[in-house]
Amino acid sequence: MAEQHTASDCKQRASQGAGGSVSGNGRPNTAAGCGGGGGGLSGGLTQPAGWQSLLSFTILFLAWLAGFSSRLFAVIRFESIIHEFDPWFNYRSTHHLSTNGFYEFLNWFDERAWYPLGRIVGGTVYPGLMVTAGLIHYLLNLLNVTVHIRDVCVFLAPIFSGLTAISTFLLTRELWNQGAGLLAACFIAIVPGYISRSVAGSFDNEGIAIFALQFTYYLWVKSVKTGSVFWTIGCCLSYFYMVSAWGGYVFIINLIPLHVFVLLLMQRYSRRLYIAYSTFYIVGLVLSMQIPFVGFQPIRTSEHMAAAGVFALLQAYAFLQYLKDRLTKQEFQTLFFLGVSLAAGVVFLTVIYLTYTGYIAPWSGRFYSLWDTGYAKIHIPIIASVSEHQPTTWVSFFFDLHILVCTFPAGLWFCIKNINDERVFVALYAISAVYFAGVMVRLMLTLTPVVCMLSAIAFSSVFEHYLGDDMKRENPPAEDSSDEDDKRNSGNLYDKAGKVRKHVSEQDRPEEGLGPNIKSIVTMLMLMLLMMFAVHCTWVTSNAYSSPSVVLASYNHDGSRNILDDFREAYYWLRQNTDEHARVMSWWDYGYQIAGMANRTTLVDNNTWNNSHIALVGKAMSSNESAAYEIMKSLDVDYVLIIFGGVIGYSGDDINKFLWMVRIAEGEHPKDIRESDYFTPQGEFRVDKAGSPTLLNCLMYKMSYYRFGEMQLDFRTPPGFDRTRNAEIGNKDIRLKHLEEAFTSEHWLVRIYRVKKQENRQALDHKLRNVAAKQKYTSKKTAKRKRGYVKNKLVLKKGKKLNKKSV
Amino acid sequence: MSSSVISVISRFLEEYNSSTSTKLKVVDAYLLYILLTGALQFLYCLLVGTFPFNSFLSGFISCVGSFILAVCLRIQINPQNKAEFLSTSPERAFADFLFAHTVLHLVAINFVG
Repeated sequence: MAEQHTASDCKQRASQGAGGSVSGNGRPNTAAGCGGGGGGLSGGLTQPAGWQSLLSFTILFLAWLAGFSSRLFAVIRFESIIHEFDPWFNYRSTHHLSTNGFYEFLNWFDERAWYPLGRIVGGTVYPGLMVTAGLIHYLLNLLNVTVHIRDVCVFLAPIFSGLTAISTFLLTRELWNQGAGLLAACFIAIVPGYISRSVAGSFDNEGIAIFALQFTYYLWVKSVKTGSVFWTIGCCLSYFYMVSAWGGYVFIINLIPLHVFVLLLMQRYSRRLYIAYSTFYIVGLVLSMQIPFVGFQPIRTSEHMAAAGVFALLQAYAFLQYLKDRLTKQEFQTLFFLGVSLAAGVVFLTVIYLTYTGYIAPWSGRFYSLWDTGYAKIHIPIIASVSEHQPTTWVSFFFDLHILVCTFPAGLWFCIKNINDERVFVALYAISAVYFAGVMVRLMLTLTPVVCMLSAIAFSSVFEHYLGDDMKRENPPAEDSSDEDDKRNSGNLYDKAGKVRKHVSEQDRPEEGLGPNIKSIVTMLMLMLLMMFAVHCTWVTSNAYSSPSVVLASYNHDGSRNILDDFREAYYWLRQNTDEHARVMSWWDYGYQIAGMANRTTLVDNNTWNNSHIALVGKAMSSNESAAYEIMKSLDVDYVLIIFGGVIGYSGDDINKFLWMVRIAEGEHPKDIRESDYFTPQGEFRVDKAGSPTLLNCLMYKMSYYRFGEMQLDFRTPPGFDRTRNAEIGNKDIRLKHLEEAFTSEHWLVRIYRVKKQENRQALDHKLRNVAAKQKYTSKKTAKRKRGYVKNKLVLKKGKKLNKKSV
Repeated sequence: MSSSVISVISRFLEEYNSSTSTKLKVVDAYLLYILLTGALQFLYCLLVGTFPFNSFLSGFISCVGSFILAVCLRIQINPQNKAEFLSTSPERAFADFLFAHTVLHLVAINFVG
């Protein structure tokens, strides 16, 4: 059996190499892997167990290698650089951690973020990622391997993808068998849904959190199976790592109680389950509260209450079970009603009391938006404005998972058909993850591992059926080894599934045994699918998920490449040419990058915790220049940074994000900003002459298109033609009064404006002179009588004189 | 009703006395002790308040945790459950118990603050 999987794995690996040829290592190792497979086939005669473990090791190692190397596209094409937005913050805090030490990091108050509020970084991050990277850096330096912390950060996610593959292998092996485990490891190593968050340079929580997630689930399944406290404590520690790494730990703390609850409903209670869950809950609870950012949430918020409820339920159930074993049925019933009514009353009253007194917080907004997909759009525009919080389209399911999305229901069916305790778990995992992935694009990430596992089970079963008999009949040497495998598997209690299925399908088909033609055709088809999967994965990785988005690349007609390095150019300009404490205002997307690359103070950043502050910046961007100047003065802004893509046709620029700024500002300042003002009467958002006057005069528009009207990009288009929106701009004669252009990058991608200081009092003097014209008349007289500046008397005299004269 | 409940309980105690081994009785006594400690802590928090909340929590959770772990130990060393825990010898169960306690109390002490 292992041989068959090896064959398919090698195929997969080979096509992986052919599809992308990521690194020089890819191909020779691939050949070695297939050679290893051949060796396993011949050597399986003498010592199958040894060969089997050797093969497993080789395949896992190759999966690691393939996963690692296919994540390196970004590094090879561009350079070893941190990607996107959030990773810049993670990198910055890791840097702080590695230079100042752990305690400094925990107590770090970052005064460069959220000016003038600042941010307590140690208490508002999940520190797992930074600590992991810092630890690796420390260890390497201890061994005198001098690596810059940036390189550790860049390559952390690809390395952890290998660990994810191994833990997926372990979990699938517990659920089904070793062959399926190996397939699952190979799938997860290259599946785009996971690569999207773990390419080299994408230094984000998810990169290590998926490993922690899978490993926690593996240990959980293991502890349910064995009922050993040791495995459960391991599960708790892994859970602790997950809590420290990602907010998605809530998924674990809800899925595991759900598993226990469903098992109770299915009458599958066992003492092993009791040991596993009780220990996990109580130790996991106290461990999760060690993370400062989580704090008392596990006992205060509704998200964690299901776990507590199941814990209490399980205690009651176990106690009743204990009594049931000791007492006769009649006696038990007497006690049962008393006990149940008492317990129900107590629990009910406690919950009511706690909710009433406000000990248990209601669900937070982000979780509401998981149940009601329209919730965020109405109530929390700041969540809805993030593109990864949008509902998932069907295309992206196929794009991220390819053939796996079609085969995983089959795997789920196999699991449900041969149900046992841990397959209940994987079924629940699959169902809940599918739901969440449908709600948010971002949660596709939690779906990916379970899809890989279930697809691997489906493929493994099919191969077992169509390839196994074939080998027995046509390949005498293989017969022994596959028999050995069968023996090994029959020793394994949880591996009856394949065989049961085989009998069923043989009963379905009237003729005993399939013809060799059908078998080979089916096998070929399956292998073709796997090959296409590998090719697709490599293609998606290379084209969609390997852009750093800090450096852009465009291709000319002849295929040569242009690197647009405007972002770094502008951030470097800020770093070199502005005062060290200058405050830069920008939309929150660029906050982390400005802090990380330019090392300047920002007003808002990607940690969107303070909605009103963001709304204030949005209001400044969307009001006219003089109103914006008042806001900027009150916020001490020195520079304003905007992203403008009209010259090169970059669609992710600030004008395209502008409506979100308006919406968020409207949420806080409904009197000053109205979204409808920015649309034409027909309800369109246009930047050309037909656009609404409010839009054409707002600060964002002016800053984006300042002096753009003089620029003719192409002889076919008029001057001031915006390539992103394909329109000639409506306001070409833009004059700025309170701002001046400080810097515009090479392709106009980043534009930085200096906020002028308030002018000297010239204008004020002039005004005063007008107002004081009447007073001047009197003052002239006082000037004439120089001596008399005794205060009170003179004033009185003056009044008299004046009266006399005037009369 | 109440008399039948009392008779059931008394019969249960009788059977408990006769059928439980001494080793398990020791564990049960330990369980009772922890239960009382936990109840006492809870009473204290009701009467006085939960002011150093993390201290109260770590104390209470360490109580509950000890109770759970002792129950686990009791289940695993009970000869009647032998069939379900073939791979777990009593010595192994006790070692696991100690290991779990180490982790639990290291964390609880860290959390007392």
